[in-house]
Formats: sequence, C-alpha cells, structure tokens
Amino acid sequence: MSALTAVRNALLPRGEEDSGGRTARWTPGRIALLCCAILLAVLWLLPLAWALATSLKPDNETTDTGFHWIGSHLTLDAYRKVWESGDLPRWLFNTAYIASVTTVLTVLLTAMAAYGFSRTRFRGQKVLYGLVLAGIMVPPQVLIAPLFAEMVSLHLVDTYWGVILPQVAVPAMVFILVKFFEGLPRELEEAAYVDGAGRWRVFWQIVIPLSRPVLAAVAIFTFIQTWNNFLWPFLVTTDPNGMTLPVGLVNVQSSFGVRYAQMMASVIIGGLPLLVVFVFFQRQIVRGVAHTGLAGQ
Amino acid sequence: MSTTTPAAAPPRVSQPPAPATARTVRRHWLEHGLVFTLPFLVVYALFLVWPLLWGVKMSLTNEDIAGTHSDYVGLDNYADALSDPDVWSSLWNTIWFTVLSTVPLVVMGLVFALLAHHLRFVSWLWRLSWFTPFVLPSGVVCLLWLWVIYPSDFGFADQLLDFLGLHPGIGWLTDTRYAMLSVVLTTVWWTVGFNFLLYLAALQAIPQHLYEAAELDGAGAWHRFRSITLPMLNRTTGVVVVLQLLASLKIFDQVYIMTGGGPDDSTRPILQYVYQTGFTGYRVGYASAISYIFFALIVIVSLIHLRLTRRSREENPA
Repeated sequence: MSALTAVRNALLPRGEEDSGGRTARWTPGRIALLCCAILLAVLWLLPLAWALATSLKPDNETTDTGFHWIGSHLTLDAYRKVWESGDLPRWLFNTAYIASVTTVLTVLLTAMAAYGFSRTRFRGQKVLYGLVLAGIMVPPQVLIAPLFAEMVSLHLVDTYWGVILPQVAVPAMVFILVKFFEGLPRELEEAAYVDGAGRWRVFWQIVIPLSRPVLAAVAIFTFIQTWNNFLWPFLVTTDPNGMTLPVGLVNVQSSFGVRYAQMMASVIIGGLPLLVVFVFFQRQIVRGVAHTGLAGQ
Repeated sequence: MSTTTPAAAPPRVSQPPAPATARTVRRHWLEHGLVFTLPFLVVYALFLVWPLLWGVKMSLTNEDIAGTHSDYVGLDNYADALSDPDVWSSLWNTIWFTVLSTVPLVVMGLVFALLAHHLRFVSWLWRLSWFTPFVLPSGVVCLLWLWVIYPSDFGFADQLLDFLGLHPGIGWLTDTRYAMLSVVLTTVWWTVGFNFLLYLAALQAIPQHLYEAAELDGAGAWHRFRSITLPMLNRTTGVVVVLQLLASLKIFDQVYIMTGGGPDDSTRPILQYVYQTGFTGYRVGYASAISYIFFALIVIVSLIHLRLTRRSREENPA
C-alpha cells in the first residue's frame, strides 16, 4: 500500500488534487464512466501484467493452456539466466551510454544554437535559421541510405559515435528553445551586461537557469527517444557487442525459442529503465507533451 | 561564414571600444553570435543537410552500397520506382496502415481524455495505464505483443477471447486478413497515450464558465459536449490528426519486428522496401529514389501541419 502511495505521489503533478477543484457527486452517469475507465485501464495494463507474470514462471510452464497467472512457484530463474548468459548487461550499458551522451550533446548544442538565434545578430542569421526550420520537415528515416554511405566513408559503422551523431542534430528542439528564449524577459540579461558580464556568462548564469523546465523537457524526451530508437542503431550496428538494447533484443528474438519466461524477463528488463524515468519525471513529460508537442515529430 | 564581422553589441547596451589586442580579438570572436550556433550547425550540416543532398545525387546514379560502379542514370530510378508494383503495394500498405491506425488513435485518445477529465478522480491511475506504453521501446512493445497474440492456443489474446466465449483460432500474424490489424492493435496500445495527453491538456484549457452557462440554460450533457467541447477541441484535433498521420506514415519497427512485412508482403511498408532494396539488395541509388518519393508525401502532410499551427497562433497569440 505504501508503495502505491509513493507511485501516486510521484505521478501526481504538483498542486493537482485528485478531485480537481469542485468535488462532483457520484451520479449514476459518473459511476458508469468510472466503470468504463476502469475496464479500459485494466485492458491496457493486462499485456504488461501478463508479461510480468510469464517472466516469473518456470520456463516449462509458460506454454500451459488456461489462465495461470502464477506457475507452480514464483521464480526469478528467467531473470538470472538472461542476465548471466546473454548480452543483456552489455546492451544496457551501450544504450545508457548512447542515450546519455546524445542527451547531453543535444541539450548543449541546441540550447547554444537557440540562444544564438534568439539573442544575437550576425550576418546570414535569418537564412541559417530558415534552413534549420526547414529541417524539421525532414524525417531521419528518409536519410538512411546516404547517411549509411557517409558512415561507411567516415569509418563510423559499429561505433558509438556512428549511432550518436546523427541523432544529435534535431532542428525541432532548436525551434522549441528559440520560442522559449524569446519569451524570457531581457531585463536581467541587460543588467548583467551593464555589470560587465560577457555573452557566455549571461548564457550560463542567467539564460540556462531560467530555462531549466524547458531544458529538462528537451533532455527527457531526447533520452527516451534515443533509448527507444530502433531503425538507425539497427542499421549502423552489425556487431552484437555494440548493439543497443531494443536492437539486441530483436536480433536474438528467435534464439529464445520457446523459453518465453526468459524472453519476457528480457522485455521487462528492457522496459524497466524507461518506466523508472517515466515515474520520476512524469510531471515534465506530461508538460512537455501538452505544451510543446514534444516527441510529436 | 563571416568570421570578420565585428561582434554585435548586446541589445540596447553600448560597449566602450576596446584596444585591438590579440586577446580582445579572440574575446570578440568568442562573444560573436555565430559561435553559439556554429557547433549545432556543423553537426546539422554533416548529418542532415549533407546526406539529404548526397541522397539526391545517389538517386540519380545506379550506385551500390560499396560505392563501386556509380554511373549517372538521370531520372531512371524515379521512373523505375513509379512503375515498380512493389513500390505501389508498399506505398498502399503504408497508407492503409495510416488510415487504420489514425482513426482509433485519435478517437480513443479523445475518449480516454474525456474519461480522465470528467472523472477527476485517481488521475494518476489513468495516466499510468494509458501513457506508460508510450515510453517503452518499440522492440520491447513488439516482443511483448508477439507473446500476447502470436502463440496460438496458449497465446494470451486467444485465451482471453476463449474465456469470453469466442473461439477465434485466427492466425493473428499469419493470415493476410488479420496481420495488418494485429500491427494496428499493437500500435494503438503503444502510442494512444500521446494523443490522450494532448487532448487532456486541451480539455483542461476550456473555460469552465462556458459549461456553467450552458447548464443554467438547461443544456444536457450530450448537448454540452456537442456544442462546447467538440468545437473548442477543433484545433487540437487538427494538430493531433496531422501529428498522427506523420507518425503512422513512418511505420517500420512494428511491422519489421512482428511480421517481417509478411504474410506475402501484405504488411510491408514503404520504409521496409527502402531498407530491402538499399541494405539487403544493395541498390542504394534506387533506394534513395524511393526515399524521396516517400519524402514528398511527408512534406505534403508537414505543410498542412505548418498551416494549421500558423493559423492557431494567429487565432490565439500567446
């Protein structure tokens, strides 16, 4: 019960009450709505619950017919086996490393670029910003063939940088940050210039701290997107040692055979880091989707 | 670009002229606006602009993946693509998937948002159950759903339907009639949470007094929904539909992982055909040409999106 409370507290955006202001009465209509909602919520959670249940069964009982949520006994056998025998720890490390580096680079480069476009004037600025905006329309999927050829000639196939670099240039993030910076009051910055601060100090000590919420949203979405990206890491890594978790899992999918408990244990391990990110940063994620349409590209 | 341009003065603040020592020149350069944008622009040029242009050049050649014999063939690749029945069938599959997935994703996103908004009760639970799948990797989601639907007899979906008195015994992924629907089902479960959140935010932004006034006028719940909620959601619906179209057109992961494009290529989307011609068939030039035909489709939808967002900004200047 206390775990449930903890999850609920983490999931509830600050200042939001469950009752949402006026408490409505439990009319028959509202009870019907509640039943609908509960049914749909259960339907949405069932596949996850079934995967979890499967992963906790002994392997030879997963193919039994009939609804057996729990096998003859609960066991973490499947988790132990996939952790010890497979490449899972390696893939987890690769994914965490790639997602972290991509996130740091993306936030840094897009924030700097957005500051440059919104607060300074230089020759060719309008043209360059227009070029960046036009790039929002280009889906990365269109570029796979020439990008792969480029990676071959740069000798970046099967390297971390080969996975990371094409995912850093996200023009949509620049656009979101420019919009945000344009809304910031300039008075603080001007006061700092009068005090003799340079552009970099103003950027690091005033603009960045003021933009923490939007930067957090950009960071979280970049992290989730990079962690989850399938197509590009799938194309640019051929060596199993360098694969990210989603690619690795799909790659060995057939080798699980009928060991469904192990397959589901891998699935749970693969999804868990994201679930943790979601529970902890739910407020930023919800705000990111609602107010900037982030991750809608 | 213009490295010799003097540093632009910060807005509305004059700076005293500094003596031109090497140090101040360096300082001026570092204070220069272009420096802030340069790191991003370099990465952007190398990994987006360059491949985009290089791809055009590739599409005009008969290049293979090793880069050997790369002869200029003009628009032959485009002409070939437009007369290739596989291009048309995979384009059709892509559009069919987009239609099949967009309708339930938008409608259910709205239904979920309405439920959560009107219940105003355990809102964390609705968010947890409907949005959580969205943050999971496609690989994880697809393997999970393979386990839920694929094994006949002991598959979870078959057993659930059996329990409800239906005896489907359908080949979820092996029957051409159901394979695409199974991919759609997985996709709806996976991504409906995004539309749910967009709609929820829009619902919360509708002024409460509109409803109170309507209630005083004796308008029933259905009437209030028809005459207040739906019109107020018009703009959001436009954005949700276009974002959904763009996302659905890029379908690859779910099909590749769950059906491999089968049975009989009946689910193969255009991106998988690009992958097959370029990466397993080694006809990179041809693959690029198909990419650009696909790109044209995306650009058309994007331009509609741009128009919609621009109009919404004009109507509602922040």
